[in-house]
Amino acid sequence: MNSLILRVVGRLLVPLMLLFSVFLLLRGHNEPGGGFVGGLMAVGAFGLYSLTYGVATARKALFVDPRTLVGLGLLLAVISGFGAAFIDAPYLTGVWFVWDLAPDFTLHVGTPTVFDVGVYLVVIGGVLMALFSVEDD
Amino acid sequence: MSWLLLSPMLIPFLGASVAFLAWNRPRFGQVVGVVSAVLLLITSVALLLDVHANGIRVVQAANWEAPFGISFVADHLSAIMVVLTAIIGLATIVYSLFDINRERTYYGYYPLLLTLLFGVNGAFLTGDLFNLYVWFEVLLLASFVLMSLGGTRPQLDGTLKYVFINLLASALLLVAIGLTYGMTGTLNMADLAVKLPLVENSGLVTAVATMFLIAFGIKAGIFPLFAWLPASYHTPPVAVSAIFAGLLTKVGVYTLIRAFTLLFTQDVGYTHQLLLWAAGLTMLTGVLGAAAQFEIRRILSWHIISQIGYMIMGLALYTPLALVGAVFYITHHIIVKANLFFVGGIIKRLTGSFELEETGGLYKASPLLAVLFLIPAFSLAGFPPLSGFWPKYILFRAGLEVESYLIVAVALITGILTTFSMTKIWAQAFWKGTPEGAARPVRGSRFRELRALYLPVMFLAGITIVIGVYAQPFLELAQASAAELLDSRAYVESVLGEGAYDPVLALTGSELGVAP
Repeated sequence: MNSLILRVVGRLLVPLMLLFSVFLLLRGHNEPGGGFVGGLMAVGAFGLYSLTYGVATARKALFVDPRTLVGLGLLLAVISGFGAAFIDAPYLTGVWFVWDLAPDFTLHVGTPTVFDVGVYLVVIGGVLMALFSVEDD
Repeated sequence: MSWLLLSPMLIPFLGASVAFLAWNRPRFGQVVGVVSAVLLLITSVALLLDVHANGIRVVQAANWEAPFGISFVADHLSAIMVVLTAIIGLATIVYSLFDINRERTYYGYYPLLLTLLFGVNGAFLTGDLFNLYVWFEVLLLASFVLMSLGGTRPQLDGTLKYVFINLLASALLLVAIGLTYGMTGTLNMADLAVKLPLVENSGLVTAVATMFLIAFGIKAGIFPLFAWLPASYHTPPVAVSAIFAGLLTKVGVYTLIRAFTLLFTQDVGYTHQLLLWAAGLTMLTGVLGAAAQFEIRRILSWHIISQIGYMIMGLALYTPLALVGAVFYITHHIIVKANLFFVGGIIKRLTGSFELEETGGLYKASPLLAVLFLIPAFSLAGFPPLSGFWPKYILFRAGLEVESYLIVAVALITGILTTFSMTKIWAQAFWKGTPEGAARPVRGSRFRELRALYLPVMFLAGITIVIGVYAQPFLELAQASAAELLDSRAYVESVLGEGAYDPVLALTGSELGVAP
């Protein structure tokens, strides 16, 4: 679609949307957000980009094929469950690392985060695969 | 120990994600497929041995206590089903190396096949009703794509019917699950086994049980809900047909057995009577449908239906012996049915056609294939000493013991008509000379060229003979699973802990299931 307005707004919005999708991803678990909705937001960004500049450019901007993203995401999600083996708990039990970075700020990173990143990638890959093939026609 | 129980799900899923990651290297996908299938077979046999030695194994996924989290439970029946899945999975993947063309491989055939195995194993091992629904979705999604992969016209036609009716069944299943949750406040199967007998409105429980019967019945292909099966199973490549024919309807049968032994045994007089009628009619309609067909894959598809009838008959009679028969029948059937489809595929390779009219002369040209067909075909018909004889014998005896003469008569007639169908294929494809309009002349077995097709057939035929001649260990496994199915105490207590079964005891005053 060759529209000046879309191109200008798109250039402004796409990075913001991507940033927000990462924010949603990391905010998840205890607060609204997570891999699925974050992934959809990222899909929205790439979808807008493909509308403005064409599918070929959007594919290039994604760096990897959507299918690879799906595989990578699935693999991350499965592997995240194996963390439980180290604390001798059943599969998928969350293993958390806690760092006190500042007096009023504690960082929790754990295997559920890795799982969420996996979901994030699967959603991006899966939906973009469908979106690109529809737009290609 | 928990890892052994989960490995039948983790191995295919890991395999699928690795194969999916390397989507542009089809050869690599094949290697991953074979390796995962071999590993799956090893671990599932280990799981069965473990269950046989140490009793029911349970894992609470993510360490959430039952009944709040998702429990995975392996009793004898589940472990047997998982081993059968692994056997058929391995055979199918090896068969696919030759049978599945480059294009289908490129579009993710192997990852999808592994995902299918992942879903099937999950359905066998889960101890949670909603989770069961999710596993059904996993295996259905994989099967939808597998069935339509390649996109030929008859395939899409078959897939559409298959997708529509299965989505309908899933929706019904979901509604039934919702109602169950509304009545009891839990979906953990062990917890349900305790709480369903305590529900005051027993009419509602029976109504929900009937909904489950319909939903699982559609997936199992029982009368009158089987129309989708013969409309779709003959359309995809043989390897896909074979794994569908061997495994997918049997997931429905497994869930029927689970639901109507563990959960819904409050009104056995109604539900199991209904099942018995369905079983008889399933057998008859299936076998009569097969008699009217003259295309190998269609004949075999109709026979799946009639065979499902035998398994449901074992469940419906609901005595220890009948359940032994049902479990044994599933064991025998999965292997034989997949094998017949594989043989059908080789017949097509050699003669160029699935139509009985256009085939012929195979007995002379390929004695090897003739033997490989006779083993599963006569086993299906129930000839001793092959694997089909024992479960049929057990089922007949179980039927006579409770004096259900009608169902035994129907089963006998079905057996005779099955022999008729198998001799039809035998006479047409093997004994008859090469017909006038044959697609191509048959030139020997072409074993060297088609060895990836022959090896799985030989593997499965070998298992059929072993089950037939050396039936004792298989009978013991079936007996152990029937004992577990009829007395849910062990199942409930291994999931929920000691003493969890007491409310049911207080209510019924007996530890044993009551026969109708």
